Amino acid sequence: MSTTAQELDARGLNCPLPILRAKKAINGLQHGQILRVRATDPGSVKDFDAFCKATGNELVSSEQDGGEYVFQIRKH
Amino acid sequence: MSTVTELSSSRLPQDLLQQHGAALDAWFNDRFAKKLKEVEENKTPSLAIIATKGAMDWAYPPFILASTASALGWDVSVFFTFYGLELLKKKLNLQVSPLGNPGMPMKMPFGPEWFQGINWNIPNAVMAGVPGFEKLATGLMKKTVKNNGVASIQELRDVCVEAGVNLVACQMTVDLFGYSREDFIPEVKDWIGAASFLPVAQQSDVCLFI
Repeated sequence: MSTTAQELDARGLNCPLPILRAKKAINGLQHGQILRVRATDPGSVKDFDAFCKATGNELVSSEQDGGEYVFQIRKH
Repeated sequence: MSTVTELSSSRLPQDLLQQHGAALDAWFNDRFAKKLKEVEENKTPSLAIIATKGAMDWAYPPFILASTASALGWDVSVFFTFYGLELLKKKLNLQVSPLGNPGMPMKMPFGPEWFQGINWNIPNAVMAGVPGFEKLATGLMKKTVKNNGVASIQELRDVCVEAGVNLVACQMTVDLFGYSREDFIPEVKDWIGAASFLPVAQQSDVCLFI
């Protein structure tokens, strides 16, 4: 499994900012690279799932770690 | 579609058609459904929004939906008309009014938790009579937005501009309210009328009037 190419701290941000920031970060990645996002918005769980389905990027993992959510997205 | 129809009616012998017509239809229906699905899946979805309100609270839906749709890779157009033009001003000065807005909670964004939980039931007569009440309400709303990590309107608009959202303004309103094009951000792509935006709206998958 490839390693994380970039980290994004979206903690404290609310809908739709985590998605908008993630989209921007993904734009700067190469095909196959992984973005790791940390967020605190509970709505981001469903949003990142939908975002990845719509954009064709792969949601490698979606985990809850205490009050934080961690997503790993592989760029399509 | 037409090739199968033409083929079956013109070239295939009648008896063959009678014998296999049902099978041909079934084959075509199946193939057509698959093709239609393929076309749908490869299509870039599009969103068209008509933004007509110039208050701070009403500025959120168009900018949140437009910026998010652009992040999903959709083609997005927003037509700003009437008070919606306020959202395109170089200097955003959007206010929120609790007057005649019974759904708006009046809560304080500071102080201890029990205090922040109070919904201040202020009579309309007081809201209307106290000078600067809207300024106060707007200030409190901005603070609440910031406290909750919600984006500012400026931030969302910047994302839309950066993502190349098609921001178009109603020329008639500009004339009607005596504005000049210099009052608005230079990223306004076009100055158009209803006749120009309706065809855009017609072609869109999602069309919203806000």
